Amino acid sequence: MKKPLVSLLLSALLLALCLAGCQKTGDPRREEGVIAVGIGQDLNSSLSPYQLTTAGTREVMFNVYEGLYKPAFDGSLVPALAETVAVSDDGLVYTFTLRGGVTFHNGKKLSAADVVWSYETCRDTTTDANVKSILTGTVESVRAADDRTVVITLKQRDGDFLAYAASVYIVPSGYDKLDTEPVGTGPFRYVSRKVQEEIVFARYDSYWGSKARLKQVTFKVYESGTALVMALDAGTIDMAAHLTGAQIKGLSDRYTVLEGTMNLVQGLYLNNRVAPLNDVRVRRALAYAIDTDQMMKLTADGRGTKVGSAMYPAFGKYFDDSLTDLYKTDAARARQLLAEAGYPDGFDLTIIAPSNYTPHVDTAQVLAEQLKAVGVRATVREVEWNTWVSDIYAGRQFEATVCGFDASTMTAGAMLNRYVSDSSKNMCGFSSPEYDALMAQAASLNDDARRTELYREAERVLAEECASVFLQDMADFVAVRTGLTGYRFYPLYVMDLSTVGWEN
Amino acid sequence: MAKQPVKNKNPFAGNWFLTAGAAITVFMILFTLLGQIWTPYDPSLPDENAMSLAPSPAHWFGTDSFGRDILSRVMNGAGTTLLIAFLVVLIGGIAGVIIGSLTGYFGGVVDEVLMRICDLITAFPSILLALIILRIMEPGVKNVVWVLAILFVPSFARVVRTEFARCRTQNYVKLARLQGAGPFRIMLRHILPNVWPVLLPAVSIGFNNAVLAEASMSFLGVGVSASEVSLGRMLYDSQNTILRGAPWYALTVGLVIVLMILGFSLLGEGLRQRNR
Repeated sequence: MKKPLVSLLLSALLLALCLAGCQKTGDPRREEGVIAVGIGQDLNSSLSPYQLTTAGTREVMFNVYEGLYKPAFDGSLVPALAETVAVSDDGLVYTFTLRGGVTFHNGKKLSAADVVWSYETCRDTTTDANVKSILTGTVESVRAADDRTVVITLKQRDGDFLAYAASVYIVPSGYDKLDTEPVGTGPFRYVSRKVQEEIVFARYDSYWGSKARLKQVTFKVYESGTALVMALDAGTIDMAAHLTGAQIKGLSDRYTVLEGTMNLVQGLYLNNRVAPLNDVRVRRALAYAIDTDQMMKLTADGRGTKVGSAMYPAFGKYFDDSLTDLYKTDAARARQLLAEAGYPDGFDLTIIAPSNYTPHVDTAQVLAEQLKAVGVRATVREVEWNTWVSDIYAGRQFEATVCGFDASTMTAGAMLNRYVSDSSKNMCGFSSPEYDALMAQAASLNDDARRTELYREAERVLAEECASVFLQDMADFVAVRTGLTGYRFYPLYVMDLSTVGWEN
Repeated sequence: MAKQPVKNKNPFAGNWFLTAGAAITVFMILFTLLGQIWTPYDPSLPDENAMSLAPSPAHWFGTDSFGRDILSRVMNGAGTTLLIAFLVVLIGGIAGVIIGSLTGYFGGVVDEVLMRICDLITAFPSILLALIILRIMEPGVKNVVWVLAILFVPSFARVVRTEFARCRTQNYVKLARLQGAGPFRIMLRHILPNVWPVLLPAVSIGFNNAVLAEASMSFLGVGVSASEVSLGRMLYDSQNTILRGAPWYALTVGLVIVLMILGFSLLGEGLRQRNR
């Protein structure tokens, strides 16, 4: 009877030694110059550059696609596929000279015809309402003057046009498999995808600019925050972005944590169409009841930046920090406003949070408790991300939801247009003639200083009318395997992997 | 004749299982009931000055990442779990007794159809069925109760059916029938009291399984919603911290679950032995 036990113990010991040995023998991914990146959601079903509806898809596909211009680390726009641009004095004619020697991932050479085709396809199919309105409303014509010159004529001047040009990605003309086999000009080319599992990119060796340092990047999909953290603990991924304070706490020392900002506005978004939230006094009461500082302390050790309106600080001139304390936490004031609005005993409120975004769920839980303190009986309901997109964002079946809105382009409109009454993106159903007028006026102006002033005024209206409770631009923690260098934060929600690489 | 339990003897005497099970269960029920009227701290109020504290005299079970006192949450959350278990056993038990008595007593086509449906429910992996149903409906106490109650019907129906089928041919039932008693009177007044000794352990084990089922479902994220406190939900919240600096959260919640089901299992075993 004793022998089997001894051999069992011995084999267990051997196995343990073997496993310990395996962990020590270097890092196969490091030796091969590849990495695995954990992402919190699967990409959109279509990978076409004009169907990138979720921020999570945009940040990944940023590595594959490029426009004529491209945002840089500091938020400025730098020439990408265009080498230079000449703008006529009246600001209506943009003449782009294309960079020579640029090839698509399928080997085709970039020509002006591709640009024209891309602009036409984007105009007809894009899901981005802001880009669509520019391409249909502002742009008069896009034509190829010769093989390397594209002339874009505008109907009226638009100071943000280059920012939009940066978001119209250029693809080979006539290419019809963008949904499933995307082809662009970026530093990485698409290799393969397993739905809800992984997406693989490889370095594009004929890239026109400085080539990516990594040979291959595999994005692994973890549809719950817990699974993502477990993958980090187990060392199956080398990098994960958008982590929370709680998630990085106790992370093994194999990782270095970088801190940036998420570049979005996290808010308690309120459906302005439904009672009692259609009453501005009720919305203000909620804003007075909420203590954003406490929420940030509880969910992210106090890191993050308060915003106060639908604009985040990385936008610089458009961001108005005087709005952040417009509603200083004041429970008595909140109760008084509720009483004035006819709800002295509060009301029931369901706060919906997408279950795959732990930070939003955490925030929702804290807010619910803060609201209870003034008599609003708030409960949190978690929904799956797909349900959130279809029922809440598109279907508008909600009272309140915690989520974040980001900007697809570095323009004020990207953040503010969604509150214009008739915007298709107006999830909150905010409706203010004053706001609509300010936005319309700002869009029609040429004078940048005056425009900025109007946008800031519009932000004030949003805050004063309390379209929603705007909370913060969250701290963005990125865990990278020690030895992996070069990750840089953008003022946009993108994850640029071209500068990332293993240290020698 | 069916065996009648000995009534006058002290039921706890010599029955170690029953004694320990009853003691633990009574303690856990008192602990839970207390948690519904009084807890050391507000179980859901976050406190930014007390985040992730280890167990101490001020917080016996420590605090979670929102600074909420875990002991208070456990006391309060055990109520949600017990309430779910109670309702599941009540609804599942009543439906099980009705189905079991009808099928066991009458047999025939009704028996075949109902018991095959029960087989179907049993054959289907229960967690998967719960996942599917709760993906369609939304998470929350009410729906967890319905799902689990449906899943629990077969176990009760089986036990009751066997007893009814056995008692149907016993002499006292035949006598009652000869005296002109209708089938429902026989089932209710004559057979059912004899089924109790078998049913009680099943109820106790049912409690046990319901507590575990709630814990597993909430742990998988398809149980109660984020603002409801339950033992399973707390396990779900604690999974990030088990190996990362705050193991007391999962351990204390786990301890309470273990005590709870230990009490019910011992009680069930004790009841079974008593009827031997």
